[in-house]
Amino acid sequence: MERTTLDLWVGMFVVAGVAALVMLAMKVGNLGTYNVSDTYKVHAYFSNIGGLKPKASIRSAGVLVGRVTEISLDTKRYEANVVMSLDKRYQFPKDTFANILTSGLLGEQYIGLMPGGDTEMLKNGDQVKQTQSAMVLEDLISKFMYSKAAEPAK
Amino acid sequence: MAVINTIRAIGHRVVNAVWRIGVAARFFFLTLVYSGNSFRRFHLIVKELFSTGVMSLIIIIVAGLFVGMVLGLQGYETLKRYGSESALGVMVALGLVRELGPVMAALLFASRAGSAMTAEIGLMKATEQISAMEMMAVNPIARIVAPRFWAGVISMPLLAAMFSAVGIFGGYLVGVVNIGVDEGSFWSQMQAAVDFRQDIMNGVIKSLVFGTVVTLIALFEGFDAPPTAEGVSGATTRTVVTSSLAILMLDFVLTAIMFRGA
Amino acid sequence: MSSNALVEIRDLNFTYDKRPVLQGINMTFPKGKLVAIMGLSGCGKTTLLRHVGGALKPTRGYVRMDGQVMHELDQDGLYAMRRKMGMLFQFGALFTDMSVYDNVAFQMREHTDLPEDIIHSLVMMKLNAVGLRGAQNMMPSELSGGMARRVALARTVALDPMLIMYDEPFAGLDPISMTVIGDLIRRLNDALGATSIIVTHDIQESLKIVDYVYFMANGVIVAEGTPDELRASDKDFVHQFVHGEMDGPVPFHYPGVDYRQDLNLQA
Repeated sequence: MERTTLDLWVGMFVVAGVAALVMLAMKVGNLGTYNVSDTYKVHAYFSNIGGLKPKASIRSAGVLVGRVTEISLDTKRYEANVVMSLDKRYQFPKDTFANILTSGLLGEQYIGLMPGGDTEMLKNGDQVKQTQSAMVLEDLISKFMYSKAAEPAK
Repeated sequence: MAVINTIRAIGHRVVNAVWRIGVAARFFFLTLVYSGNSFRRFHLIVKELFSTGVMSLIIIIVAGLFVGMVLGLQGYETLKRYGSESALGVMVALGLVRELGPVMAALLFASRAGSAMTAEIGLMKATEQISAMEMMAVNPIARIVAPRFWAGVISMPLLAAMFSAVGIFGGYLVGVVNIGVDEGSFWSQMQAAVDFRQDIMNGVIKSLVFGTVVTLIALFEGFDAPPTAEGVSGATTRTVVTSSLAILMLDFVLTAIMFRGA
Repeated sequence: MSSNALVEIRDLNFTYDKRPVLQGINMTFPKGKLVAIMGLSGCGKTTLLRHVGGALKPTRGYVRMDGQVMHELDQDGLYAMRRKMGMLFQFGALFTDMSVYDNVAFQMREHTDLPEDIIHSLVMMKLNAVGLRGAQNMMPSELSGGMARRVALARTVALDPMLIMYDEPFAGLDPISMTVIGDLIRRLNDALGATSIIVTHDIQESLKIVDYVYFMANGVIVAEGTPDELRASDKDFVHQFVHGEMDGPVPFHYPGVDYRQDLNLQA
């Protein structure tokens, strides 16, 4: 086979392979949504994060605005300290409300941000003060049972 | 006496096996040592990339498409019971990128390119081409083995990536186009769940390891084959059997290291 | 004679798997001469050739080429020595994945930094010498046996070696190709000023072209001389060989235990 034909085929093979990798990274994986634009970091304390994991999504009105980067236990408060990196394009008021939510009944957990009415915006390193912990299914069930038991029998 | 003979036979087999592993390790080492030449003359590798990579394209693409379509069908049937058909994309993508892509591509590669490599080198040996090369003061490991080795190592991750990409497209065809799963949730849930470093890069690392091992086994078996017709055919069979087993065992080990507790 | 010799073999012994293959071989290959080593299949001719090429280590004795003992050379020294040699293998051993042109150009590309246009001229010269300039773009699988042998010959002399070895150059060829190859071997040797060793059992063809002949049987030299001396020879072995008789000094039966014992008639 001619050298040039051979080179052409091999070139096409390599390009197709690399294209498949890029497609996997961007279209299938999260490289496309992740670390592409500048981010700023804020943190929040939750009394219980449930099954929240690093890299979980942060959504506001259902739109992906950032990712959880770090989760640790603050031993002074005995609360979970969750660091979130948010897309620079999306600014949130200081009194934004962070809420751990679940997608679907048994789905992944994510953080929902509900903007407040403050005129000042959150900056890098700020704390989101108002939080609501994850709903833990067992707690929910036991609450329901207690309330049922407490009801006077009819 | 029968017992002693049996024990002796076992010992003989073990000694032989260990000896062969040692020879193979030395072969691998020499291949690496003599690799410089094939990078200085990259067209040697390009030529082998054609026969290992390009020639494996069709089988990889067709197999990938069908595996993806089956995953789409089976996944849908299972997920439907839990009402989470929208997670079909996640299932297809994770299954392919983490496991089926690298493993199936490597198995196909072993039987398509690996066996061809063994047969080619075995035949070169049987027809004295390797001796001739040595008599021309050209090191056959540097000239024949090393370019093929690197071509295998380079083409394996590319083939695995194509397998996964085509497979995901196959899952999309069945799930979205045929069955009617919501297209938006198919892709978005997939993107949310598949992590670049955790899933895709680990898949690439797997296929690099498989590529190295399969190519090495194929080259070694070819180089080590008795220079006769039955020697070459036996070596070709051994290439496919040994490398398939090696792929599956290594896949378990790598999966345990990569995904445990993550 | 010794100062004039390119290759000397002295008291060469080689034992493989406890079986002696070569025993006390002494041979001298003077510069510019064509020497044949003849003998039956399995008499150790090819093994001897592999010693000259440095592919095997002798159990005792040595092969000295161009002043150096082959088995004492390290890898680099051996490869340097092999660049001065060419070897034609039994069935040509052409590289099946390369065209005729690339086969002949192989050593030039591997060992020299010559630009491609000079390599082209050299390849054309070599192919012209064997009459196959027109076949330059063919693949080895498209060649007939005789053509393949000629291409292999062109490849063997690609770098103008000082020593050319031929392992059964006539095996499996038709009579015309045989004459062509024989003639080429002689002409190339004289044109290049090289020394040639031909290992063969084709006595008629080789007696026409060679200067000196060694006869081997069972790992030892049994006769030697110029072609004319051998033709006139009345030695049993030479007679048997030349006329292809079934039994004689070379027995029909491979040495073994008594026939009756093998048939279990002993008990």
